[in-house]
Amino acid sequence: MAVMLQGVVATAALSSSAAFDSKGAQLPTVKFLLERKGGFLVDRSDRRLAVFASNARARSASRLVTNAVAAKTDKSTASAASKIGGHEILLFEALREGLEEEMDRDPRVCVMGEDVGHYGGSYKATKGLAKKYGDLRVLDTPIAENSFTGMAVGAAMTGLRPIVEGMNMGFLLLAFNQISNNCGMLHYTSGGQFKIPIVIRGPGGVGRQLGAEHSQRLESYFQSIPGIQMVACSTPYNAKGLMKAAIRSENPVILFEHVLLYNLKEKIPDEEYVLSLEEAEMVRPGEHITILTYSRMRYHVMQAAKTLVNKGYDPEVIDIRSLKPFDLYTIGNSVKKTHRVLIVEECMRTGGIGASLTAAINENFHDYLDAPIACLSSQDVPTPYAGTLEEWTVVQPAQIVTAVEQLCQ
Amino acid sequence: MALNQITSSSRSKLLKPLSCFSSSTSLRRPFSSSSDDNTVITVETSAPFVGHNIDPPCRSVETTPKELLGFFNDMAVMRRMEIAADSLYKSKLIRGFCHLYDGQEAVAVGMEAAITKKDCIITAYRDHCIFLGRGGTPFESFAELMGRKAGCSKGKGGSMHFYKKEAGFYGGHGIVGAQVPLGCGLAFAQKYSKDNTVTFTMYGDGAANQGQLFEALNMAALLDLPAILVCENNHYGMGTAEWRAAKSPAYYKRGDYVPGLKVDGMDALAVKQACKFAKEHALKNGPIILEMDTYRYHGHSMSDPGSTYRTRDEISGVRQVRDPIERIKKLIISHNLATEKELKDIEKNLRKEVDEAIAQAKESPMPDPSELFTNVYVKDFGLEAFGVDRKEVKVVLP
Repeated sequence: MAVMLQGVVATAALSSSAAFDSKGAQLPTVKFLLERKGGFLVDRSDRRLAVFASNARARSASRLVTNAVAAKTDKSTASAASKIGGHEILLFEALREGLEEEMDRDPRVCVMGEDVGHYGGSYKATKGLAKKYGDLRVLDTPIAENSFTGMAVGAAMTGLRPIVEGMNMGFLLLAFNQISNNCGMLHYTSGGQFKIPIVIRGPGGVGRQLGAEHSQRLESYFQSIPGIQMVACSTPYNAKGLMKAAIRSENPVILFEHVLLYNLKEKIPDEEYVLSLEEAEMVRPGEHITILTYSRMRYHVMQAAKTLVNKGYDPEVIDIRSLKPFDLYTIGNSVKKTHRVLIVEECMRTGGIGASLTAAINENFHDYLDAPIACLSSQDVPTPYAGTLEEWTVVQPAQIVTAVEQLCQ
Repeated sequence: MALNQITSSSRSKLLKPLSCFSSSTSLRRPFSSSSDDNTVITVETSAPFVGHNIDPPCRSVETTPKELLGFFNDMAVMRRMEIAADSLYKSKLIRGFCHLYDGQEAVAVGMEAAITKKDCIITAYRDHCIFLGRGGTPFESFAELMGRKAGCSKGKGGSMHFYKKEAGFYGGHGIVGAQVPLGCGLAFAQKYSKDNTVTFTMYGDGAANQGQLFEALNMAALLDLPAILVCENNHYGMGTAEWRAAKSPAYYKRGDYVPGLKVDGMDALAVKQACKFAKEHALKNGPIILEMDTYRYHGHSMSDPGSTYRTRDEISGVRQVRDPIERIKKLIISHNLATEKELKDIEKNLRKEVDEAIAQAKESPMPDPSELFTNVYVKDFGLEAFGVDRKEVKVVLP
């Protein structure tokens, strides 16, 4: 790493800030600094070098683990897991448990998707369900996202409660018309006559070298569609709770799961519980800075939080969970307390969830902020295949630590 | 000349002359009592049905005087409503898109005669008359077209979004072809709940080239869904003639493994026969395609003059030879169910009713500004959740 940075210092002219190649690890941080504090930078290249230098020191000092994913043992989650009972479960099993409980409870709930039936789901979220409920209720569809999503919307108009599984969220781009025009808008354009109680779920996000087309984050594309709700689960506890809430909701809900989180293990209560679709989760209360995150980035943030605590900071970490609408109540209370906000997301920088959240917080809580809102997001690039490159398209714990340090200066 | 041909052909092909005579004696009375008469009249359709992978139904259709007069009544209201919508659009009371159905009324009334309100119909944007057929009133239609609160979708849908849930009318969709998967979803729900009903999914010759149609057809055939796909072939996809858009304009054959039937869509009785046949087939064997050979007199929508891609002679030719209302009129008159003058009086009364509906709709109020935010979500939590403080109600419109 040090060698690479030397190379950067040597090359005099760095082209536009948008250019990101394999030059250095810290460019994401640099970019946001330049864009946010562009007003008071005298000489861009100098500042850039300075940032590089300080970051190099920080990085070599801390040795953070990147790609923190499945090593989740954090007990600081706000899961109300009962101390007495409870059972250990993996996240995909939690989804399946929630699904099964809802299918038992309401005969109108059905599942549609590719390979959800006999195969059991490509991520095993529907394993065994077809044997239990039959082929019509757990329907194996042909590879026709546009039409089976449309079919689910049509079935929902009559009162059924279908759950559409996109094998990968990226494939749902083919069904965009059905999701946007029919799913989201039918309740409005029919003057309230039709409800679309559909759940669209599937794994998304950057995985392990899955390539550009299978590492998409669709939250940013769907967020403007009026009439839908979006939630992102991150732990087995909230996966099951949000799945149940989404199925019970009368509105169309898109449930974003993450490919790398399916094997997370956690103890969840034995008794039935349903979470609220519109609430954020307080992961770690704190005083100095509010870090807003969701899905997999929660784990990177918690990793960075350990380092930050060692350095004497007290971050408040909130998993926003509800991507549309934002839980501005919880977020607002936190901002009023800490006065500094850092958003860490896996979405693309341009037009992502972070961008909307920044705008929403600025609009509503501007008076409470002591520093501009910082937003760390993935780079605006197609996700490369090479492992090292892929690592640097998403936000790493080191960058989070640096950003917090800079915000709290 | 052509008119005489039709009259004489229907007369000469009567298979039950005896019943004709008996009904004719009783029908010397004024038409109101003859419409109570349920004597069966058998009529031959104008053209034979053509089947693809299926034996077509027979050409003779049984009908009653009540039904024929009902057809006349309904089609006259539909025709009157569409023409009134034309002039309302030109006087800028209806804005945006307005796709008119005049010329195609036979499809709507023929279909209704063969099914119940528990069967579902879903169509694209040329939906005003199907809405009427499903039980909508002209007042609701005009109110919706003019964007009033009393409209069938509370003024928030517009011309392309008429719905009537309790009558099984699922709209009303603007994106070409997107309603076909929805229709298969309706059929899926019907199969799921096992209620022995069918779904008629209507689309046009332009939409017949959409990929999602074939995807949905594949799924419907795999699952034996009670879906009937009805292609209303008016031969023009907006400005593009069917032979310029489709390599194979035989839309009833394009289902390949799904049987199809070609029907004269300007003959309400043929449509009725075909729909009845299709319903029986779909309940037992799964999907079937019906191609209705029909014609629209207006352009694609009100912004299309309709004469740049076809000649005025063609339009007036079809109007003279194949007009659906004229056909029913001839049948009624030839069976002595009513006289020409009586039919004209009915039309005048209907015209007055439609005009009254328009006047009423013109008076009715626009939606409140608060309606902008209702029905976005069920129970409309959206208004409150977007707020900072959950106890505070937001949104003050300028």
